[in-house]
Amino acid sequence: MRFFKEFRLLFVRAVKGSLRNPVWLFLGLFQPALYLLLFAPLLQGLGKVPGFPTGGAYTVFTPGLLVMIALFGTAYAGFGLVDQIRSGLVERLLVTPASRLAILLGYVTRDVVVLLVQSCVIITIALPMGLSVSLPGLLVTFAMMMLTGTLMASCSYALALIVKREDTLASILNTVATPLLLLSGITLPLTLAPKIIRSIASVNPFAYEVSASRSLFLGNFADSAIPVGLAFLGGLAVLAFVWAARSFRKGTA
Amino acid sequence: MAIISVRDLRKSYKSKGKKRGGLIEAVKGIDLDVQKGEIFGFLGPNGAGKSTTLKMLSTLLAPDGGKATIAGFDLLAHPAGVRRRIGYVSQAGGADGSATGREDLMLQAQLFGLSNEKAKRRAEELIKALELDSFVDRFSRTYSGGQRRKLDIALGMVHQPEVLFLDEPTTGLDPVSRSQLWSQIRLLRSQGTTVFLTTHYMDEADVLCGRIAIIDKGRIVAEDSPAGLKRQISGDILSLTVNHVDNAVQVSQEALQGLEFVREMDADGSHLKLVVVHGGEAIPVVLRLLESRGVGVADITLSRPSLDDVFLRMTGHSLAKE
Repeated sequence: MRFFKEFRLLFVRAVKGSLRNPVWLFLGLFQPALYLLLFAPLLQGLGKVPGFPTGGAYTVFTPGLLVMIALFGTAYAGFGLVDQIRSGLVERLLVTPASRLAILLGYVTRDVVVLLVQSCVIITIALPMGLSVSLPGLLVTFAMMMLTGTLMASCSYALALIVKREDTLASILNTVATPLLLLSGITLPLTLAPKIIRSIASVNPFAYEVSASRSLFLGNFADSAIPVGLAFLGGLAVLAFVWAARSFRKGTA
Repeated sequence: MAIISVRDLRKSYKSKGKKRGGLIEAVKGIDLDVQKGEIFGFLGPNGAGKSTTLKMLSTLLAPDGGKATIAGFDLLAHPAGVRRRIGYVSQAGGADGSATGREDLMLQAQLFGLSNEKAKRRAEELIKALELDSFVDRFSRTYSGGQRRKLDIALGMVHQPEVLFLDEPTTGLDPVSRSQLWSQIRLLRSQGTTVFLTTHYMDEADVLCGRIAIIDKGRIVAEDSPAGLKRQISGDILSLTVNHVDNAVQVSQEALQGLEFVREMDADGSHLKLVVVHGGEAIPVVLRLLESRGVGVADITLSRPSLDDVFLRMTGHSLAKE
């Protein structure tokens, strides 16, 4: 009971903090829309290339874009935390009797909620442009994105508590996230890639997530990438969350 | 029974930078007892181990060795019990820039388990007591340094802690805000709160603290009331500026060394600092002696020992010059 009260207080604080940053708010919604409007048309022409998945440019690219914002959007959550470590806010929260888990969960839940709002914006824009999506498929995709968001935000917070500097955090995140992005088939489908790239991608959980999301959008629930992706991401999200929780317990010094 | 009792507290860091892999002993075994209702000051230069000690005592940093009890709770065994009874205001503060002062006070109160109603009342009390009304409903990122500090301290007091830890509470504040903060800290003490603060300002330690521990390079080198510490240097401080010609300083030092009432002597440029048994009697003797050696005296002052004199005696270096 106490835990939920603490969690609610800290979640509301985090959400308010985000909403009161108008630049962040604008960019957070504008950037994914920009990707959708500028990149998807490039794929239009590829629709007839052999190996390009069925369903048209928007149905192929929108799921990828969702995974991309899940991966990158939340991966930078740690930057906000570095700032709050510096301003003493994190220490202040850690000296209260509040559960360390509630503190972390407050941050992560905010990030996941923001992610879902961004996703809804993208879907709303893509629908009139030719996206077709099955509703149950969309819901399962969102569930996968929530796992991805938890995974990336937790890693980002754990790293932020260890390195405590924006520049170090940025280079670590870029080094890790860029190959993950390229090897996930987000921008261009991996079905177009040579065999070697495809076999490396077969150990990338986000590659499963992208192909699972594409199948889900088409209503093809038989794709084995769906259970594999869910299990893979779920396991990693739990591990990452435990890592972040331990980092919070160890404190900020 | 002491409200804070510390025995042999230690902390080392792995060093970063050139001497990689080595250990830096930040706190080298500290013993302390602070009584209920005291304002206790930790005086020392930057890097002496003050903040590290404070972070250990407020459960933010695990000690490498030693033990401590705070408000009856063992620091290592019951950190949660300690947290409920202490307030901690770090050097950086801790206010949430994206919240108003009032929202932040409410959040802090509720995190300590107060109901919405009680939190509101408590926030109102603090706003009155610390005179935050004129700015408390603005976002705290717009506050001035002094306003921000007041809010930080209010946040540390929300749950009426038995012990309040303040890390460098007045660093960077203008003189008016400083003295306001001092009177607020005294007010806290009068309400029964024990205040444990760190500072590198001698005047602050002198006027505010009932008792001071001088810490240097991770060790406590002296501990007493400000007056008691100053009494350790019995006598008066005689400061001289000699005309800087030829070897005037050296000549004066040689001449004055022989006087039996000179206890200590320290030279810096053309300044000489003597600790003498009785200042009033020493002045004419010193002036006559220097005149006879052909040394001109540009300036002479007599003062009671300051905490810096104590610091210099205990550590071999002056705090004022850092």
